[in-house]
Amino acid sequence: MSQPPQHLELTKVDIDFPTPNGPFKALQDINLTINKGEFVSLIGHSGCGKSTVLNIVAGLYQATNGGCLLDGKEVNAPGPERAVVFQNHSLLPWLTAYENVELAVKQVFGKSKSKAEMREWIEHNLSLVHMDHAMDKRPDEISGGMKQRVGIARALAMEPTVMLMDEPFGALDALTRAHLQDSLMEIQKDLNNTVIMITHDVDEAVLLSDRIVMMTNGPAATVGEILHIDLPRPRDRIALADDPQYNHYRHEVLTFLYEKQRTPDSGLSSKKKDEATLKVATDEHKPKAKGEDKAA
Amino acid sequence: MSNILATMGLSRFIENPKTNFSQLGKSLLIPLIGLLIFLFIWEIGAKNVHTSLGTFPGPAAVYQQSLTLIEEHKAERIKEVKFYERQDVRNEKKLAKNPDAKIKVRPYTGKPTFFDQIITSLITVLAGFVIASLIAIPAGILIGLNSTLYSAFNPLIQLFKPVSPLAWLPLVTMIVSAVYVSKDPMFAKSFITSLITVSLCSLWPTLLNTAVGVSSISKDLQNVSQVLRLNWFTHIVKIVLPSAIPMMFTGLRLSLGIAWMVLIAAEMLAQNPGLGKFVWDEFQNGSSNSLGRIMVAVLVIGFIGFLLDRCMLFLQRKMSWDKTVVLR
Repeated sequence: MSQPPQHLELTKVDIDFPTPNGPFKALQDINLTINKGEFVSLIGHSGCGKSTVLNIVAGLYQATNGGCLLDGKEVNAPGPERAVVFQNHSLLPWLTAYENVELAVKQVFGKSKSKAEMREWIEHNLSLVHMDHAMDKRPDEISGGMKQRVGIARALAMEPTVMLMDEPFGALDALTRAHLQDSLMEIQKDLNNTVIMITHDVDEAVLLSDRIVMMTNGPAATVGEILHIDLPRPRDRIALADDPQYNHYRHEVLTFLYEKQRTPDSGLSSKKKDEATLKVATDEHKPKAKGEDKAA
Repeated sequence: MSNILATMGLSRFIENPKTNFSQLGKSLLIPLIGLLIFLFIWEIGAKNVHTSLGTFPGPAAVYQQSLTLIEEHKAERIKEVKFYERQDVRNEKKLAKNPDAKIKVRPYTGKPTFFDQIITSLITVLAGFVIASLIAIPAGILIGLNSTLYSAFNPLIQLFKPVSPLAWLPLVTMIVSAVYVSKDPMFAKSFITSLITVSLCSLWPTLLNTAVGVSSISKDLQNVSQVLRLNWFTHIVKIVLPSAIPMMFTGLRLSLGIAWMVLIAAEMLAQNPGLGKFVWDEFQNGSSNSLGRIMVAVLVIGFIGFLLDRCMLFLQRKMSWDKTVVLR
């Protein structure tokens, strides 16, 4: 009768946003269960509500119906056990890299760790993301990739149960992105965090994830398909480039995005979109636009 | 020295003096030419304006008057020193006659010189500005954080913001006379009156700019604060205040400018010692030198206003975390 509680569980989540023309249903009937230590990517077209799902798990948004359980407890407010890596790093521009992480560490471990322990912990986390050499630099003095590293260090330093990443590498150039993806895989192997990551990048999703959750287009977006990525870890991007299994997974995701789900056109603004979004459309192949705009 | 140059907006010449020499020449030469043209027009124009107090003073006459004002100041200081010397001698004689005699030390009560007036004005404006800021910054933070408070106070702010100091002054004077009653007052009533008038007129820009700065904190940083579960106080100190600082300083600079302008008007009417009173006294005095002396005061008022703004700019540069923004 009584099941052991799942690690992270989204059940029948709907969300309505109030607009002048009445409520706008952004998400409808999202059901998702995530296991401990799993790396899950959310992928879908811009505006399909990926960020909204993440924000519900973070507690920044409240679901209109349904809800989110983390280790059997309802999520109804933000908290450091669900650390967020924001899309545009969101570091405090007036604090150095060290001080940015320190703010989070003091908040989480202010009572349990001594000053020296906190210092060591901050430095440890910054060195995890290879930022120990620029601890005393402020965000405007370091590059975009370095800022995002500090953002990740800040999230890691909170020792989160679940790490939520909102297109963490979307604004970075391809080389920096590859580098950070490798760092992230290493860190996740060591710490075994649960990670939910939003991405627009098919390669990134396949390379990093245990499962890819593909979302249908909004309004009233929901989970379209879930793809299990059964590739052995550690994964090497160069070896995988020729791997038929890897390419098969890429193909699956691309098919979902560009054939089953057409790029949303003006449909975003229309109040109600019918089931047409689910119909297979083969006539329109759009090249993938990376980081085209800031989703949802 | 480099600090002074930097505040005057000439910092780029310090960094690389050789290559920028011609540029330096240009940027000093052009303002100089502008100044010379202004002096020329002033000289010509002044000659043709005949008032009941004589011909309007040209640059030379004004320069003459500024020297006179310095001389008067020196003479007054010498008189003061002599007064105290005489008093000391008198007291010593008294003590020699009778060791138990009560000694009175009277302060010197000579006429305040132009420079004394400048000091008084500066003290008044800074006191008024500090009081206004102490009210406006916390109030601005509260109003900026709470949209209900903002809607409640916004009409009042919009109503009082455009009120001229001259309209406040009679009311403030009457209230101060009625309320500030003390046998041994720490401050003169006229000082309190101009102080309050200055504060009333100069707090609005700081209040509004702080409120706007506080209310326009980026959503991302607010999310960070929420995820970290920062308490109210830490949220204000670590997130709200730093991100509002640029707007706050814009407000403070506007406020200080207004405070200085208002002060001169308030001093004229309240008869509070200061530059305003100096101008008014010279006007009432009506000697053939008066117009020249007033013109000196006008230039000094302008120059001090400029210096005050540069001081704020210097502070702003010190406090600002965003070094990429060009502040001017």
